[in-house]
Amino acid sequence: MSAPIIAASARSITKSFGSGTARIEVLHGIDIDAYESEILMLLGPSGCGKTTLISILAGTLTADRGELRVLGEPLHAMKKSAITRFRARNIGFIFQQFNLIPTISCEENAAVPLLIQGMSLSKALPHARKSLDQVGLSEHMKKRPNQLSGGQQQRVAIARALVHNPRLIICDEPTAALDAENGQLVMEIFRGLMRQPGRCAIVVTHDHRILQYSDRIATMNDGRIVESVPTSKFDFDHHR
Amino acid sequence: MFRLALKMLFGDSAKYLMLVFGVMFATFLMTQQSSVFCGLMRWTTAILKNAPAPIWVVETEVRQVNQTIAMRDTDLGRVRSCDGVDWAMPLYSGVQNVRLENGSLTVVQLLGIDSTTFAGAPTRMIEGSIGALRQPNAVIVDDLALSRLSPDPKTPLKMGDTFEINDQEARIVGICKAMRSFTGGPFIWTTYERALSYSPPQRKMLSAILVSPSAGRDADSVAASIERQTGLKAYTNAGFQSSERDFNTATMFWYVKNTGIPISFGTTVLVGFIVGVAISCQTFYLFVLDNLKHYGALKAMGASNGKLCMMLLSQVTVVGLVGYGIGLALASLFGLAAIKNTQPPFYMPDVIPFAVLGVIILICSLASFLGILRVSLLDAAVVFRG
Repeated sequence: MSAPIIAASARSITKSFGSGTARIEVLHGIDIDAYESEILMLLGPSGCGKTTLISILAGTLTADRGELRVLGEPLHAMKKSAITRFRARNIGFIFQQFNLIPTISCEENAAVPLLIQGMSLSKALPHARKSLDQVGLSEHMKKRPNQLSGGQQQRVAIARALVHNPRLIICDEPTAALDAENGQLVMEIFRGLMRQPGRCAIVVTHDHRILQYSDRIATMNDGRIVESVPTSKFDFDHHR
Repeated sequence: MFRLALKMLFGDSAKYLMLVFGVMFATFLMTQQSSVFCGLMRWTTAILKNAPAPIWVVETEVRQVNQTIAMRDTDLGRVRSCDGVDWAMPLYSGVQNVRLENGSLTVVQLLGIDSTTFAGAPTRMIEGSIGALRQPNAVIVDDLALSRLSPDPKTPLKMGDTFEINDQEARIVGICKAMRSFTGGPFIWTTYERALSYSPPQRKMLSAILVSPSAGRDADSVAASIERQTGLKAYTNAGFQSSERDFNTATMFWYVKNTGIPISFGTTVLVGFIVGVAISCQTFYLFVLDNLKHYGALKAMGASNGKLCMMLLSQVTVVGLVGYGIGLALASLFGLAAIKNTQPPFYMPDVIPFAVLGVIILICSLASFLGILRVSLLDAAVVFRG
């Protein structure tokens, strides 16, 4: 069996906010790897630094110190504009509050990453429709987000995250705004779509009910990774 | 991204309409007030248009055409003898009272022209002929006079009707089109001699001398020559800013400098600008704030600041063009109604729509600036903070 390929690798990542006496270090030398073809879930209490870490891994926030390689690219050494272009090509995003644009249709929302890459709307829409079909929303393509349920909106967000076939998916509390049933449904669909080889997903969550959909779980506390184990070895009872 | 930007804009119909209204209001107010101002300024030079002549010779102290300082009759002969003068004819210009049939008085602008050459006669006759002025008590009136001088505006005067100027009979032998006067009264043409008889006698009655330069001589040099040889003031009459000696220009600038008209209109134009800025900037900034999380998400997904700025600029450009178009159309409709009704004065030179467009671009730039600044400084990581 060949060694897993690293999709994202963080070494000695530190990050502080504020200045002077109000300066607070929220990440204390984080080391973490995420591999291709896996779903890595980041677990931990509020304020432990999960969101800060995921922002750094996504390239939307710059670390104070440390090295960050995503899909082989040294993000820590790249210019902001190059990171922005890198994100547009290689990273898909799923947000807690869906962040769908309410004034455009679901298919147009799903097409947004392709529009950002410079594709025309007419060329992007067939890809968006295909992506929406994959999440079971082919009947709702023309509707606006506010005409859909929360679960359906998050499925539109998944379609949007995957429309440009990114190799890294960043998910921030994807089921936080959903009820248990819809949360499970969304994760079922997400898990199914993640079966594609070479894809890696990093999911920040509080929701223990969705941990079963991960391949590996990293637990954070007070700005440090305290545990990183395959899901099969995770002590669910201890963390409950 | 352009279509996405527009769909975001049109999707928020309340703010879109408010933005369009702000730009439309500013456009309408600035265009309409500027055009009324230009129309009013044109009215100040109505006599120059209604009694056309290449050169106007007036008393030395005259600074604008509505100011009448009478000259001696002998000045006419002095001007005729000047180098470069083809012909020179007398003109009487004065405000007189007309008594209507019902006994009320109304003010008219009386012009007395040379009875031989009819220099200074109206150029657009509707009925009758200028030659008919040679008949006894004959006058030519503009179309405004037909209703103004009638005791009942519903039954306007017609050819052959009579009225009294300073208690002396005048009979209409011609009707013409003419530019409205600054004083608002209608124009009446008659012969120079009859105009003097209609007016209260004074020692000097010659208001101006209308001059044409000889063939091959330009009006400017002949006017300069007349001034040199007679000591009188000679203006050319070729249109606003056609030359340094132009009487239209001198008249308009006199009103600009010596009356509160520009301040009054300027204040209204300024109010239009300020209201446009206030509504557009505030509403567009609110629109940006409302959509900030979406711009943040777009930024996180890889949209560059440049792309987001282009989205904002395309939104504000569409708002600007739609608002400007509607505002300009409304101002034009107002103008058409004003022209049909003969008042208020309205004249929209080409420069006004372009200047207002420039101001609207400035307003839109100000409105988009704050939004662009906000979005440019937006941290993409904000979307992960709930």
